[in-house]
Amino acid sequence: MKTSLYINLQRKIILIVLVVSLAPLILLGGTIYYQFAGMYKDKIEEQIRYRAKAQAEAVDVFLKERITLLNTVACTHTLSELTDEQHLSEIFSVMNSKGGAFVDLGIINNNGQQVAYMGPYDLLGLNYYQQPWFGEVVSKGIYISDVYFGYRQLPHFIIAVLRQENQNTWIMRATIDPDVFCAIVRSAQVGKTGDAYIVNKAGVYQTQPRFDGEILSKSHLDTALFGREATVIEQKDGQKGEVLYAGYWLKTPRWLLVISQEAAEEMSGLLVTRNVEIVIIVLGLLAIIMTTVFMTRLFVRRLKEADNKINAMNAQLMHSDKLAALGKMGASVAHEINNPLVVVMQKIGWMEDLLEEEDIQKTKNLEEYKITISKIDHHLDRIRKVVHNMLGYARRMEPRLEKVDINETLNQTIDLLENYARINNIDIQTDLASDVPIIANDQAQLQQVFLNLISNAIDAISKDGLIEIESRSTDSHIVVTISDDGPGIPKDQQKKVFEPFFTTKETEKGTGLGLWISYDIMEKMGGTIMFENKEGKGSTFTVKIPIVLPEKE
Amino acid sequence: MELFSILVVDDEEDFVETLVNRLKKRTIDAVGVLSGEDALELLGKREFDVVILDIKMPGGMDGIETLKEIKKIQPLAEVILLTGHASVESSIEGMRLGAFDYVLKPIKLEELFPKVAQAFEKKDVHNQKIRSAKIKQSLRYW
Repeated sequence: MKTSLYINLQRKIILIVLVVSLAPLILLGGTIYYQFAGMYKDKIEEQIRYRAKAQAEAVDVFLKERITLLNTVACTHTLSELTDEQHLSEIFSVMNSKGGAFVDLGIINNNGQQVAYMGPYDLLGLNYYQQPWFGEVVSKGIYISDVYFGYRQLPHFIIAVLRQENQNTWIMRATIDPDVFCAIVRSAQVGKTGDAYIVNKAGVYQTQPRFDGEILSKSHLDTALFGREATVIEQKDGQKGEVLYAGYWLKTPRWLLVISQEAAEEMSGLLVTRNVEIVIIVLGLLAIIMTTVFMTRLFVRRLKEADNKINAMNAQLMHSDKLAALGKMGASVAHEINNPLVVVMQKIGWMEDLLEEEDIQKTKNLEEYKITISKIDHHLDRIRKVVHNMLGYARRMEPRLEKVDINETLNQTIDLLENYARINNIDIQTDLASDVPIIANDQAQLQQVFLNLISNAIDAISKDGLIEIESRSTDSHIVVTISDDGPGIPKDQQKKVFEPFFTTKETEKGTGLGLWISYDIMEKMGGTIMFENKEGKGSTFTVKIPIVLPEKE
Repeated sequence: MELFSILVVDDEEDFVETLVNRLKKRTIDAVGVLSGEDALELLGKREFDVVILDIKMPGGMDGIETLKEIKKIQPLAEVILLTGHASVESSIEGMRLGAFDYVLKPIKLEELFPKVAQAFEKKDVHNQKIRSAKIKQSLRYW
């Protein structure tokens, strides 16, 4: 249950840190990419729009030049001059050498009859009166046809101008070389996917597109989408993905010049940027995740250790609190018992005294009385001893400070118990450090502690064994350890050893107060007393006595 | 003829009564009182060799105050203090104030008697000195 608490905490911290740190990163990355992509796209659109406009203007200029040329020739010659085949041929070659791009040239009278022709086809004498463009050129003066196959079965378009000569009107008609015209348009095709072509109002190709069909076939563009200015539209195209189309209406014929570009190609720079950004962000995420997980684990582990330490300290504190409370209670109980005990003992003594009197001597059960009284007396004595120990007057007193040599005190105590140990075949070995300082302490109380611990050790071994007594000094404490090779203290009893009246000895042998008193003495001195079970067998009691140097005299 | 006289001062009536009875049975001239005030009153009337005085007597005079007064009225009476465990320090102070010794409650008569005997001996020695001094003095006048 405890563990899951830490795992939960760890999970929560990791989650929160990750959300808080990753969310802005991803958001920032996304926003920057989005903004950048928008700007990039704007730029590309701007570029393609500009290209469309520039190319359209170039085409416009080309057409205008042809029209002007035709107009100039028509206006500076009479019909009779131009119907002269020799003359027309001269003019045609001059026109082609100066401006070029004319396939043929014809003169049509007001009846629609082609009265003169110069070109590779045999078109002389053809009547155009029925052709729709004939009416248009008559009414408007200038006409540019859409591309069509016509008589010659080749895609081409014509420019026709009307000449008003006195009462007579006639028309000069020229076919534009589709190769030259297409080459001009195609010069705007860039990159691997860029295309440039012209469609008429109905969306029919007027020049050969690089992809997507043949000249004079219908394109899939809706020309109504393109406005007066250069317009960019974006369309999904099955295999190519997004395609950008920029269109610009030509001035003279209602033709739309279209420049198209696959978005992917134009966007390839952006894609590289996006990939770099994604890699950076992913690396960043990984770094953050790893750091977060690592740090959190470390943190939670530290926390766990600290908690464990605090718990151990709390347990120890609670234990000593419990001992202190037990001590207080014990003392007050003992005190309350002591008062009636004083009286009871006197009363028993008095009965004993009275049994000595003459008349009672004759009583039948005199011996029984005497035995009973002495039994009561014996057990009262036990109570008295317990109460004495509980109230332990020695430890009720403030410790009397005198110069104490711990090694000396240990030796004296061992002397006291040597006989007892020898009878039970127990060897006492000492390893006393020579640098243990003389301290100011209460020798009687220390002796009591050592006496308790050593006699406990003897009792624990009971027969045949070894007790090792060691003293050494640290900076702040003198540490005395008393180890026996007895059976050790069973786990379930370890918590209780310092409690009053806890004993494993027979009733008459121990009151269970020795360790409790020792604990209390050490506590009052500012020292500690601890024990641990030795690996194998036996237990070790460790007494730490604070070093307080005696005042110099 | 009683050996010597003992005054027992303690607020526990049962204890005083029994102890006095037991002492009397041993042909000791024992008297018990239940408070320091009573003890001083009695000491004003007659002499005692040894006073057994409880240190802790709730209400009225406590043992130490009583001891001081006793030493004023009968400086030669030896005082043995009775003490509970909580008042060992007071008994040390009492001894500084002239008490002969102290015993821990609950007492056994066997433990108490040697101390009483010592106290009496001390007083006796003292009295003899006084007597011989008096004799010397009367001899001088003589």
